[in-house]
Amino acid sequence: MAKMNMLQAINDALDIAMAGNDRVLCFGEDVGIFGGVFRATSNLQQKYGKARCFNTPLVEQGIVGFANGLAAQGSIPVAEIQFADYIFPAFDQIVNESAKFRYRSGSLFDVGGLTIRAPYGGGIAGGLYHSQSPEAYFAHTPGLKIVVPRNPHQAKGLLLASIHDPNPTLFFEPKRLYRASVGEVPEGEYQLPLGEAEVLKEGKDVTVLGWGAQMEVIEKAVEKAEKDGISCEVIDLRTILPWDVETVADSVFKTGRLVVTHEAPLTGGFASEIAATIQERCFLYLESPIARVTGMDTPFPLVLEKEYLPNDLKVYEAIRESIEF
Amino acid sequence: MTTTKSKVVYSPSFTDGAEFHIPTFKLLKQDGSLYKGAKAPDIDKDKALRIYRAMVMTRVLDERMLAAQRQGRLSFYMQCTGEEAAVIGSTAALDDTDMIMAQYREQGSLAYRGYTIDEFMNQLFGNELDYGKGRQMPVHYGSSNLHYMTISSPLATQIPQATGYAYGQKLAGKGECTITYFGEGAASEGDFHAALNMAAVHRVPVIFFCRNNGYAISTPAVEQFAADGVAPRAYGYKMDVIRVDGNDVLAVYEATRLARKMAVEENRPVLVEAMTYRLAAHSSSDDPSGYRSKDEETAWREKDPLLRMQRWMEKHKWWTEDDEKKIQEDLRREVLETMKRAQKRPPPPLESLITDVYDQVPPMLNAQFEKLKAHIRKYPDDYPKSANDPAITAKGGA
Repeated sequence: MAKMNMLQAINDALDIAMAGNDRVLCFGEDVGIFGGVFRATSNLQQKYGKARCFNTPLVEQGIVGFANGLAAQGSIPVAEIQFADYIFPAFDQIVNESAKFRYRSGSLFDVGGLTIRAPYGGGIAGGLYHSQSPEAYFAHTPGLKIVVPRNPHQAKGLLLASIHDPNPTLFFEPKRLYRASVGEVPEGEYQLPLGEAEVLKEGKDVTVLGWGAQMEVIEKAVEKAEKDGISCEVIDLRTILPWDVETVADSVFKTGRLVVTHEAPLTGGFASEIAATIQERCFLYLESPIARVTGMDTPFPLVLEKEYLPNDLKVYEAIRESIEF
Repeated sequence: MTTTKSKVVYSPSFTDGAEFHIPTFKLLKQDGSLYKGAKAPDIDKDKALRIYRAMVMTRVLDERMLAAQRQGRLSFYMQCTGEEAAVIGSTAALDDTDMIMAQYREQGSLAYRGYTIDEFMNQLFGNELDYGKGRQMPVHYGSSNLHYMTISSPLATQIPQATGYAYGQKLAGKGECTITYFGEGAASEGDFHAALNMAAVHRVPVIFFCRNNGYAISTPAVEQFAADGVAPRAYGYKMDVIRVDGNDVLAVYEATRLARKMAVEENRPVLVEAMTYRLAAHSSSDDPSGYRSKDEETAWREKDPLLRMQRWMEKHKWWTEDDEKKIQEDLRREVLETMKRAQKRPPPPLESLITDVYDQVPPMLNAQFEKLKAHIRKYPDDYPKSANDPAITAKGGA
């Protein structure tokens, strides 16, 4: 085990993947000698050469289009989109192409080797174009996998799993935690399962569910609630698509209550999908309405970021309201 | 650091690029003879017959399938008619293992590589033998055996993919390249510019083949761009370019052969602009009489690429009127017989609704499928296509 921050863990995962298979390539804006604006790809060009780790021109639709072709050819591209906010020029390539390659060709062709990494989320004074959480847009697209890690250990294991998964995967990295989150990370190769939520803490009164950077928020909120004598079950969804309905439903059968939190706006956010599915599955077991603690239905602000974000206090309040309903 | 090497001037100096003139490369006259000083490429009789057969097969297929669409037997169709020399001439200049990433009008490439009429029909009718499992509209063919990427409807998305695919080929080092076809309309999409720029920067062995056929649905080329066609854009990306008479199969073949040589031997992307004309409508849902004149179409019919090649072969004594009569009759008969067969085949299995979305069917999708099966079992008369599917008739199912 070694102590690493999330960036180091991601860099380590990329290094291991590239060392293990010379068909793995890393590319995107500034990822070459500079190592990416966040330095997630540091030293990879030096180690593996310009043919396998390189800067692309500034063109997201080109990066993903190129990556789709490369993956169809049998390579294993790991493309970086500099900020998740800038993934939208590539939306067509991801939604109409990556996601549908296998289905539309009846499995004659696929882009299963493709992984797209993008830093997402707020809390870094990034304003409206460096703070968004676009997972719900992509969650509406069958054929993609969408993964969000919460800490360095998870980031390395889930990224290696995404790179090895035979389906195109979007890997959203909580950039607020890039350097803030530090922890023990096993050396060498390991993979954590995609499509499985993780129960971080068992409890009996209420299920609190989130992913990525919200897991830290949940942890603090739950600490407060437990001081009030509320027993919380905490779940990290980890994979947004396809998501682990069973684990969440089993928990809600037990607790009868569910609080879901994410940074993205409320309307059409992924919490809406979870709430709809869980009320369908667990209707007769629910003791209170499913609560959603989210960003507001506005663009992401700059100065009033703290007010906008779903923090531990807001999640704590939602837990209390759920219990007291 | 800038890559500009221009000289400095001290009074304003604008330029509109008018000094660049892109010539058009031609070899073959409409009467089948060569232009003065033109040298035919090295095409032997077997190759010529292979090219010509693919051209006729594509034409016959187009005629018959458009008729079938008009009779209501087929939901939709798109013709290659008028552009056979551009498509088939270029494909013939490649190795058969080079990758083709086409737009949607390049059935001629498949015909040349040996896609059978059965294979065409199975896709058109979306039956149980369709490789795409009846998921896409007609003319969205694909073949991994023939190195022809399955067609996707969104315009121009294949162009940057071709750059990526060819980059992988370069790393693999087998001397293969990728050709990607698109129309002059698709060249307006961002994907086109992304693809050319990335290919030039990363020195990728890809051939960008523009079929400049005059119209993007109803929009004429003059409303598509202000410049002299698509070719001059190559300068901006520092890429070699050639413009060729797209109805001249020999010129297209030779231009593409040389482009391929540059691509695989020097890792240089090349742009080819084939000047041709879409003699047919954009698709079976389109009616060109609303936006272009009969006179214009007639003028282009006189430049028919099939006739031109046929006359060239006749001059070589490789082809006779009897051969022509026979091939037309044989292909027409074969197309009709095959169509009847394909139409009678059952649809793809119900399970194909949920397979191939992921490598394995996720639990949520299985649950949705179980619900659908239960519903169809309850109302079998309302789902005649699926009521007899084994997934429905199997005993003991949910």
